Amino acid sequence: MEFLINLILLLFLAAVTIGIIGVRNLFAVVVLGGAYSFLMATLLIAMDAVDVGMTEAAVGAGVSTVLLLSALHLTNTEEAPAKHSNVLPIALSLLTGAVLVYGTWDLPRYGEADTAVNSYVGDEYLARSIPETTIPNVVTSVLATYRGYDTLGETAVIFTAGIGVLMLLKGRRRKEDEDEEEERS
Amino acid sequence: MEGLNELAFVLGGVNHWITVFLIMAGLYIIVSRSNMIKKLVGLSIFQTSVYLLYVSPGKIIGGTAPIIIANAPDQMYSNPLPHVLILTAIVVGVATLALGLALVVRINEAYGSIEEDEVYSGEDWN
Repeated sequence: MEFLINLILLLFLAAVTIGIIGVRNLFAVVVLGGAYSFLMATLLIAMDAVDVGMTEAAVGAGVSTVLLLSALHLTNTEEAPAKHSNVLPIALSLLTGAVLVYGTWDLPRYGEADTAVNSYVGDEYLARSIPETTIPNVVTSVLATYRGYDTLGETAVIFTAGIGVLMLLKGRRRKEDEDEEEERS
Repeated sequence: MEGLNELAFVLGGVNHWITVFLIMAGLYIIVSRSNMIKKLVGLSIFQTSVYLLYVSPGKIIGGTAPIIIANAPDQMYSNPLPHVLILTAIVVGVATLALGLALVVRINEAYGSIEEDEVYSGEDWN
């Protein structure tokens, strides 16, 4: 049953992705991107990653879509027809895909418990979370305590990106003001 | 018996292979399209498929979300570590997207286009 739900959601994801490749109207692309993110969030929840699913629904489908829509408002909503041939990109992605599929032969099969991924650190966190931090949600306890510096670094990245966006868009406003002054004089 | 094993192998691999397909699609959009917003959407698809690549090996069939249930010592839980790593990756992803879009808006102002070809051809480097 879990296989089946997974498979259906994954096929939906693949279908939406093909739609994104084909559609030329950027507005439609952004809306399809939102649908993609919600499907991804559902899939992550089906894989027991409830915290990740919730974040993906809020950040991926919510914030990203709003950002893309506001960028579309400031630019252009129609994509120009392609000028170059698609042969090289298709060859490149097929080559990458072939290498990655070759790599999956060594990956553990889906859903097994006794794999290297699920044997060492994960079990340790699960066993220690309640005695050491008293937090039942293990993802929270790992995020905030054991890997707290990771989260600090993440905050630094957001801070830097926020400053970058502000500086880029601030230059824009100044230029508009200058244009207006030129028009007046 | 042999056939059953092969079926389990294929079913267990489907997750990885569709993830690989999503990675290929994201890469294809980034390389082939000259529209910068579409490139950024492709980059997002690439990023989200990496989430799948991380989270799916941590899933245990018969397990549940890693929130400890009191008085259930035999309950199996999925691996919490990939979830933590991917939480960080999602937030960094949206930061990258925001910065990229701000750059696209500025490029559109400077060159009047968000198509890479037109930006390259109509350039006046000063």
